[in-house]
Amino acid sequence: MATLEKGEIIANRCLAGPYWEIAVRLPQVAVAARPGQFVHVRCGAGLWPLLRRPFSLFAVDREAGEIRLVYQVKGTGTLALTKKQPGEELDVMGPLGLGFPLEPGLRKIWLVGGGVGMAPLYFLAREAAASGLTCDVFLGAVTAAGLLHQELWRGVAARLELATEDGTAGHKGVVTDLVETVLRGNRPAAIYACGPLGMSRRLAVMAAAAGVTGYASLESRMACGVGACQGCAVRLKDGSYRLVCRDGPVFRLEEVEGEPDGP
Amino acid sequence: MAPDLSVSLGPLRLKSPVMCASGTFGFGEEYTDYLDLSQLGAVVTKTITLQPREGNPPPRLAETPAGLVNSIGLANPGLEVFLREKLPFLRRRRVPVVVSIAGNTVEEYAELARALEGTAGIAAVEANISCPNVKEGGRLFGSRPATAADVTRVIRRSTSLPLLVKLPPLFPGLMEVAGAVEEAGADALAVTNTLPAMVIDVQARRPVLGAGTGGLSGPAIRPVAVYLVWQVATAVRLPLIGMGGIATASDALEFLIAGASAVAVGTATFGNPRAMVEISTGIAAYLEERGMSNLREIIGSLRPGGCS
Ligand SMILES: Cc1cc2nc3c(=O)[nH]c(=O)nc-3n(C[C@H](O)[C@H](O)[C@H](O)COP(=O)(O)OP(=O)(O)OC[C@H]3O[C@@H](n4cnc5c(N)ncnc54)[C@H](O)[C@@H]3O)c2cc1C
Ligand SMILES: Cc1cc2nc3c(=O)[nH]c(=O)nc-3n(C[C@H](O)[C@H](O)[C@H](O)COP(=O)(O)O)c2cc1C
Ligand code: FES
Repeated sequence: MATLEKGEIIANRCLAGPYWEIAVRLPQVAVAARPGQFVHVRCGAGLWPLLRRPFSLFAVDREAGEIRLVYQVKGTGTLALTKKQPGEELDVMGPLGLGFPLEPGLRKIWLVGGGVGMAPLYFLAREAAASGLTCDVFLGAVTAAGLLHQELWRGVAARLELATEDGTAGHKGVVTDLVETVLRGNRPAAIYACGPLGMSRRLAVMAAAAGVTGYASLESRMACGVGACQGCAVRLKDGSYRLVCRDGPVFRLEEVEGEPDGP
Repeated sequence: MAPDLSVSLGPLRLKSPVMCASGTFGFGEEYTDYLDLSQLGAVVTKTITLQPREGNPPPRLAETPAGLVNSIGLANPGLEVFLREKLPFLRRRRVPVVVSIAGNTVEEYAELARALEGTAGIAAVEANISCPNVKEGGRLFGSRPATAADVTRVIRRSTSLPLLVKLPPLFPGLMEVAGAVEEAGADALAVTNTLPAMVIDVQARRPVLGAGTGGLSGPAIRPVAVYLVWQVATAVRLPLIGMGGIATASDALEFLIAGASAVAVGTATFGNPRAMVEISTGIAAYLEERGMSNLREIIGSLRPGGCS
């Protein structure tokens, strides 16, 4: 069950460049949260930003009743969030949406994250490791500074492959190139992805060609976050609209529309 | 003693003047983790149409200063699914259910009204003749007195349920439409739907919304909405439901003082899902502080402007 919970901010700090991390004490959200679910956050106090902003759960400590979010400063909402001080309250709705299913019987899974999209995958990796799964992890970013929390990732990944578009760390290029290469000789039980839509769409095509199933967490602008306003619709491969907040944010890769033909 | 907040919108009796605005509260079930629906004056459903509608291409939302522009396009599951899957849930809550309807033709409005007529658990019908996000029907009907009256008259003949009619913001012309709808047999008027609006991505030089244009809601439109309610209140005798940017009890009181008998809260719920309950409590506190025992004492109580 989701709740509206106001919890104390424990820490809110810049990780690198535009990337921040906030930790909040929210026992009710923490106890119910599953990997891939999101919280809907009131980032400011006034009328601008007016709406909440959705963020994936990056890490959850159920015993301590704490959640952590990693966020990239993009505009009004995320900028307002950087101004919040430890000790202040954060107003959060959640956990919301349907997370990543971890079907029983899986042995080895691949996690593919683009930029700040790695956030829900870390929570997933922790849960997967706890239930004895092996995770190979592929992370991509524009530049080295965007490869966040590498030390944490090393702790959960059986194999960690990195890519940057400018070549400042790991493979030079996009993370999907890396996945494509490894997919030639190797095959996971399933792929779990979160990143820009283009990344998920390309993965959908690659996974289908390799006969691998998987899941991708998609993004959309949201108002209500609970399925009431019909604002966050995305078009799936079969042409139908689905709500990211209620039917997702995690969808089967098979449902994700492949790469468009044109540019 | 707590003041009496109950109101009558014609034959429709509500125990609180605060309800949700159509389209911002789904079918009620989406918000039950956050509030007790029986604390609301009424639940007004998302507008339903005869056939399911998938809605407009995304993006459907764009936030602007203190406002939200949406181009949902009346995405809804259609009459049949509403009756089968949505209404049974609402019927079990102790709250009046107002079903918002829209048609592409006058006959479709009538068909919807007839279908709801014999159905248990429906307190009233709200005819949405003001949606800016659909090509046919919608706003077209609400923009002229003759067509607005036609729709109203036809629905009136098709149902004995209390009939609310939701009007578009018109400059000028709203008073004429309101008068025509009153004469055609409406029981109450809802003012206002969203204001036609547009947001442009200057990098791409394209509209931000997939549909190109949308409707503006939220605090940004409140003074306009108060003005429209005040204007309509002088033109008709029907009870009014005021809405547009209400986020606090003080905002709601502006509409009540301007002449609305009830208020609806839309966009504010997205930021604060408990807004409606807090507004209701705040209105009661305002009355109590002034020694008023009944909401009626505040409705339409606007004093003349200028220095006192
Ligand atoms: C389920 C879900 C989980 C998310 N998890 C995270 C997370 O863990 N960390 C994180 O940093 N971000 C996450 N996001 C994205 C985050 O919600 C947005 O970046 C944030 O809302 C931007 O708000 P803002 O006010 O700072 O930017 P705004 O001022 O709203 O926008 C800045 C710019 O980004 C564009 N924009 C805004 N939102 C979106 C969007 N959703 N899709 C495409 N363009 C958009 C705007 O048009 C504008 O150009 C998630 C989104 C969803 C839907
Ligand atoms: C996302 C969204 C969807 C809406 N859908 C409908 C609808 O289906 N039918 C309707 O009559 N009004 C609809 N409206 C308009 C609202 O009911 C209300 O008239 C308007 O938003 C002004 O109130 P507010 O500023 O409190 O939101 C919608 C508004 C929003 C923001
Ligand atoms: S954000 Fe309102 S339906 Fe998804």
